[in-house]
Amino acid sequence: MSTMALAATMILTASCKDGNKEEAAAPMSNEMHQESMDDKDDMPMSDNQDAKAEAILNDYFNLKDALVNDDNGKAKELGNTLAKSLKAFDASNYSDNEQSELKDIIEDATEHAEHIGESDIKHQREHFKILSKDVTDMVAITGTDKKLYEQFCPMYDGGTAWLSTKEEVRNPYYGSQMLKCGKVQREIN
Amino acid sequence: MKVLKIIAWIALGALVVIQFFPTDKNESYTTPETDFVLVNKVPSEIENQLMQSCYDCHSNNTVYPWYSKIQPAAWFLEDHIKEGKAELNFNEWDNYSDRRKKSKLRSIIKQIESGEMPLDSYTLIHRDAIFSEKEKEAVLNYMKTLKDDLE
Repeated sequence: MSTMALAATMILTASCKDGNKEEAAAPMSNEMHQESMDDKDDMPMSDNQDAKAEAILNDYFNLKDALVNDDNGKAKELGNTLAKSLKAFDASNYSDNEQSELKDIIEDATEHAEHIGESDIKHQREHFKILSKDVTDMVAITGTDKKLYEQFCPMYDGGTAWLSTKEEVRNPYYGSQMLKCGKVQREIN
Repeated sequence: MKVLKIIAWIALGALVVIQFFPTDKNESYTTPETDFVLVNKVPSEIENQLMQSCYDCHSNNTVYPWYSKIQPAAWFLEDHIKEGKAELNFNEWDNYSDRRKKSKLRSIIKQIESGEMPLDSYTLIHRDAIFSEKEKEAVLNYMKTLKDDLE
């Protein structure tokens, strides 16, 4: 008898939970939608497309700084932020060829950003390497208003590059361990 | 003592109830043309290794162990397989672009090298899924060649 009652309670609680979840999810997605529409209006740039690429770049640089500072927790947070910006990217203004290339880049980058959102710092840096390649390839297509420096550290994983807005080298792969390892190998813009 | 007894009954009751919760089975009897082994014409000894150590969670077909019929083990497995397939599905290999193939190969190599994969919770029961040093080297070499070909 008590088993039966327990079973009933369990089933009830389970269905209640599901109901709550749906309710909670609905207004959130509305909010998100609202936000992205607001963004569109607020953006000062004439070309909305570039604005989304710039948002990705900004998130990338914040993430890079967290890795430079050996801040695993912050990098997790920023990895998830970056993943959101990547998902919001819209390639429809580009040519067919560029679109398929961008779609591919964004998919790959999103996966790496999501992993950074849940990994220890060693893994974060491994993913950041490929992410950097993805973002560099993205910028080659979308362009940017910023002046960028492609920097290169010959020691990390057989030689690894990343992007920075500053000329002076702050190494995201080693952080405080070897902060200044690397050199500028290319200037963009 | 009485409290213990009640707790034991509740636990038992819960265990019985959860047996009636259904799970999705990951089973498919055909291998798609996009499969890793087919696309890359993988040599048979590497193929055997992949089937034994990877395909249960990284393809559309799992060879289920007996305890998969019992909850909560079934939930645990379902979760792992879902996650595993989202990360890497060997059956879908050729649907990945070259960029993503490279990314996946990199992760495959890193995780086998470091011993993260196959998962300890998997090899605990599937003892034959553990790579010997020789097998590990062979699989890693094969993956590295594939990756270099994509560069």
